Amino acid sequence: MSRKIGDVILDLQNISLRFGGVKALTDISFNIREHEVRAIIGPNGAGKSSMLNVINGVYHPQDGKIFYRGVERKKMEPHMAASTGIARTFQNIALFKGMSVLDNIMTGRTLKMKSNMLLQALWLGPAQKEEIEHRRKVEEIIDFLEIQHIRKTPVGRLPYGLQKRVDLGRALAMEPQILLLDEPMAGMNVEEKQDMCRFILDVNDQFGTTIVLIEHDMGVVMDISDRVVVLDYGKKIGDGLPDEVRASPEVIKAYLGAGH
Amino acid sequence: MPTQVNFDSLDGLHTFPRLLFQHAKVRPTAPAMREKHLGIWQTWTWSDVAERVRALACGLASLGFKRGDNLAIIGDNRPHLYMMMSAAQCLGGVPVPLYQDAVAAEMLFVLQDAGVRFAIVEDQEQVDKLLEIKDQLPALEHIVYDDPRGMRHYNQPFLHDVHELMEMGRIHDRNHSDFLNAEVEKGHFDDVSVMLYTSGTTGKPKGVCQTHAAFIAAAQGGAQVDKLGSEGDILSYLPMAWVGDHLFSFAQSLVCGFTINCPESGETVMTDLREIGPTYYFAPPRVFESLLTSVQIRMEDAGKFKQRMFNHFMDVAKRCGGDILDGKSVSGGDRFQYWLGNLLIYGPLRNVLGMSRIKVAYTAGAAIGPELFSFYRSIGINLKQLYGQTETCAYVCLQPDGQVKSDTVGAPAPGVEIKIADNGEVLVKGAMLLKEYYKRPDATAESINAEGYFLTGDAGFLDEDGHLKIIDRAKDVGKLSNGAMFAPNYIENKLKFYPFVKEAVCFGHDRDMVCAFINIDVGAVGNWAERRNIAYAGYTDLAGKAQVLEMIKTCIEEVNAGLAHDAMVADSQVHRFLVLHKELDPDDDELTRTRKVRRNFIAEKYKVLIDALYAGKSNQFIETEVKFEDGRRGKVSADLKILDVKTFPIAKKAA
Repeated sequence: MSRKIGDVILDLQNISLRFGGVKALTDISFNIREHEVRAIIGPNGAGKSSMLNVINGVYHPQDGKIFYRGVERKKMEPHMAASTGIARTFQNIALFKGMSVLDNIMTGRTLKMKSNMLLQALWLGPAQKEEIEHRRKVEEIIDFLEIQHIRKTPVGRLPYGLQKRVDLGRALAMEPQILLLDEPMAGMNVEEKQDMCRFILDVNDQFGTTIVLIEHDMGVVMDISDRVVVLDYGKKIGDGLPDEVRASPEVIKAYLGAGH
Repeated sequence: MPTQVNFDSLDGLHTFPRLLFQHAKVRPTAPAMREKHLGIWQTWTWSDVAERVRALACGLASLGFKRGDNLAIIGDNRPHLYMMMSAAQCLGGVPVPLYQDAVAAEMLFVLQDAGVRFAIVEDQEQVDKLLEIKDQLPALEHIVYDDPRGMRHYNQPFLHDVHELMEMGRIHDRNHSDFLNAEVEKGHFDDVSVMLYTSGTTGKPKGVCQTHAAFIAAAQGGAQVDKLGSEGDILSYLPMAWVGDHLFSFAQSLVCGFTINCPESGETVMTDLREIGPTYYFAPPRVFESLLTSVQIRMEDAGKFKQRMFNHFMDVAKRCGGDILDGKSVSGGDRFQYWLGNLLIYGPLRNVLGMSRIKVAYTAGAAIGPELFSFYRSIGINLKQLYGQTETCAYVCLQPDGQVKSDTVGAPAPGVEIKIADNGEVLVKGAMLLKEYYKRPDATAESINAEGYFLTGDAGFLDEDGHLKIIDRAKDVGKLSNGAMFAPNYIENKLKFYPFVKEAVCFGHDRDMVCAFINIDVGAVGNWAERRNIAYAGYTDLAGKAQVLEMIKTCIEEVNAGLAHDAMVADSQVHRFLVLHKELDPDDDELTRTRKVRRNFIAEKYKVLIDALYAGKSNQFIETEVKFEDGRRGKVSADLKILDVKTFPIAKKAA
């Protein structure tokens, strides 16, 4: 019935990241399989976002190796991550507030546009044809995320929950193989969270996109992810199926404190 | 036999499928339906629609759909759903549209009652609802869905994609090329063409069986009064299960040949309205109300100069706009001012509202405030009222052009006879009457009297021009303990004419005074509160604010002042009120799906509140269970304040 979880697509081995004397990540290893929903959880300051930034090529770990589809990844810039099929959303939404929803999602297609700037500016020949194709893709995403009614609305005027959805839409516009979601549910009410969960699962299911998400809300994570990594103070303290992780004494200790 | 319909002009094409194939022959390339897909309006011509209906009908037949079978239709207004209606009719079956926002349990009764074997639904959401109750529906054999999204993992053999059904149909059609024509030929205009379930303000819903002849008569009569032709557009956004949509979108489009436009989604209706610019528009009063509210809210945010200009020209429009529309004589100065206003205000405003091209707009279903009504007429929109019910194809009275009064619902429509019973109940007779209630001969006998008149259940009278004036539901009209007439709806409507009041429920039958529950309009009151720096968390919080209560109190006092001038209802002034802690909601059974107040249910559910109102208490604690859209339950509780309202001495009696 469900999608097939494939081979390891991204393998992180013994990653350590320091900012000066501050150890953000210490000797962390885990892997991500194709088509799975992989969650990274942990208390505040556990190093979740740093981990995501390492995957995305924003931070470069001092130690450790990253294998992407079996090939060791050299030092890489974020735009290179994008062109290899890794897209992300941000914890503090990073959209162009003054631009419409449509245009914002369209920016996600930039990497896929082939025609040169002059042709694009004059909207000539191949550029026109290309733009129509991209627009179609964007409209499909708008349809998918059920945001038709705000297609032309400037993003700045939208409520937070919808902005998050647009942010996801822009990441989807890249047709990524791996989608990194940084706290997609933060600051949402119950209904918005449910919607977001449904969209994440739909993306995973329909497009087969591998999803790595960071989340605070344990309940949500346990419901939708296939495997969970738990970080605390930059160290990995748990890794496995949601139920295993939930039962692990170390995880309980990190979340609830000693004595439980 | 209802044979008064004049079929001469239709060349004997007197069932809906025949009308459809006639249009496909006469105007094959004219647009029949439009739908927005991926942000672009897609058009189906009459010949496209005929081809698809043919394919769908043959597809249904190859699944075993037979003459007399009922086809449930559940979903938003979608071309394929309208086409399925025609397809079922081609085979002599009966489409049964259901309200798409109902939860599964609510649909169960209708699906069981109609013994539905086939269903066409819009999407995964509706499929899930049907699967949820499928084990209680032994008769249900096949479910067809329009939107394949999310349906990949559903591999039940009884689920079919609509395109798959059409393919099956095309093959069937190739192998049995005479089959469908013969089926259509078998159709008779006295056959039931559709079954619409009444919303059930009282008891269980009843299936109203309407014939082809009835709906065609109603559609023709309306088209005749408003001179509707094949040129034109209607935006079909009201529930397909509602008689109004069936008449205006389905029946009239097939009779006249104009274009049905389906909005992209429920939320985009306003944008789609602007893009399509329909020539023919129907909306219940609450839609016109919320449009006006949004205009007023935006005007309050506009600059001083714009506000002054708006107010000035709205005064001009109020003075002479309606008369200009009715073709009455107006002074040259006013005419010039109106012309200028049209250029600067009314034109752009109509454009913003998506009403630039409107020839006729109708409202019905509830009373419309006189000010609201004249506002639209004054800015040049030919808004009219009509009166009818499911049992009469929504066709009893229409307001003819030039004779539009805000407090009546118009003159009897062509082919309709009206009589007022001794108890004030309105009785009607004509070709558009229902054939029967499905499997309910008792109810049929109760609602049609020996002379063939249908008992509408509404109390009203005919005025000096022969226009019908409706006061209230006949059974709702009660008496106060001093014997004065109490028409709750009448007072509630007066209250609801204030933009801050979304819903009102009045009590007073057999009591010594009238008390009211109020629901505030979150949009309007929220804006009002923001303007005054009143912070609030949500509906319940806002509804409990002392300033809000004071403001509502002033509104009610104004209503009381108005009531005091009318001897008939002067005793019905509202003495005490409270603002409810939650919005009345069809999901909690407090409103019907057409959003009418279910008075008795509310009276029972909130009995403590009513007791508190009449016991003279100044506050009352209440906890209520609410149902969320996804079916979960929660609780809302609040300590409600009860306020006394100033009443006015009765003017006529004093004099």
